[in-house]
Amino acid sequence: MKRDWNPPLASAHRRRLIAASGALLAARVFPTRADSAPLPAIPELEAYLAGRTPQFGRLILDLPRLADDGNAVAMRVTMPGPFAQGEHVTSIALFSEKNPVPKMAQFEFPVPPARVEIESRVRLAGSQRVVAVAILAGGAVHVATAEVLVTLAACLDGP
Amino acid sequence: MAASRLQVPAEVRRGDSFEVKISIRHPMETGFRVDDSGKPIPRNTIREFTCRYNGKPVFIARLGSGIAANPYLRFFLTAAESGQLSFEWVDEAGERGDALASLTVVG
Repeated sequence: MKRDWNPPLASAHRRRLIAASGALLAARVFPTRADSAPLPAIPELEAYLAGRTPQFGRLILDLPRLADDGNAVAMRVTMPGPFAQGEHVTSIALFSEKNPVPKMAQFEFPVPPARVEIESRVRLAGSQRVVAVAILAGGAVHVATAEVLVTLAACLDGP
Repeated sequence: MAASRLQVPAEVRRGDSFEVKISIRHPMETGFRVDDSGKPIPRNTIREFTCRYNGKPVFIARLGSGIAANPYLRFFLTAAESGQLSFEWVDEAGERGDALASLTVVG
């Protein structure tokens, strides 16, 4: 008796399963920008926002998806213009979800900047989401988040 | 204290944005590390970095233990008048460092 290993029903089911797992894999490898995701719960961030509702999308935070060494992770935060009169960026703060000191840095612009782009290197104590908060002169608050997978975390051992 | 490396264009057009890159030699001690005898090393980071353009503050960075050792900063300024860019920073031990660059604005 010849056994049918591919009955039509099971085959269709399997194809669906393969397609679904493929989609799942693609979602993991190519994540969508986390900009629309809610902010991670960081008490210092909540205190900093002080109840103001942040806007997503305009501020851009670039961190590598995967960082081999959490002691120095390249970070870039940008906010493309143009900015309306009285709506320039006055400060940008960076918050970490996992670092022992959540507020990593704050950059201030005493004069309206023509180009908002700051690059530095941050320490990250483990895989986490990082949040950038820009405050505009008119009071608007813009946020961006980035998720980083850190292989070797900072703070656990010497540099 | 603290040697630094600074990169600023020598000449820029009036009204243009120009790039400033600075790297400061500093351990940015987190306060979470211990020395060889097991004694905690006190925290010492560059708390404040100020960039002045002809004496007027134009960019301030308040840093902490979340910034990597030998902090590197890259930011943009807008060319207005020829003159001097001065950079000054202070760490938690009260040590100060500075760097200077002159800028020629054309056009």
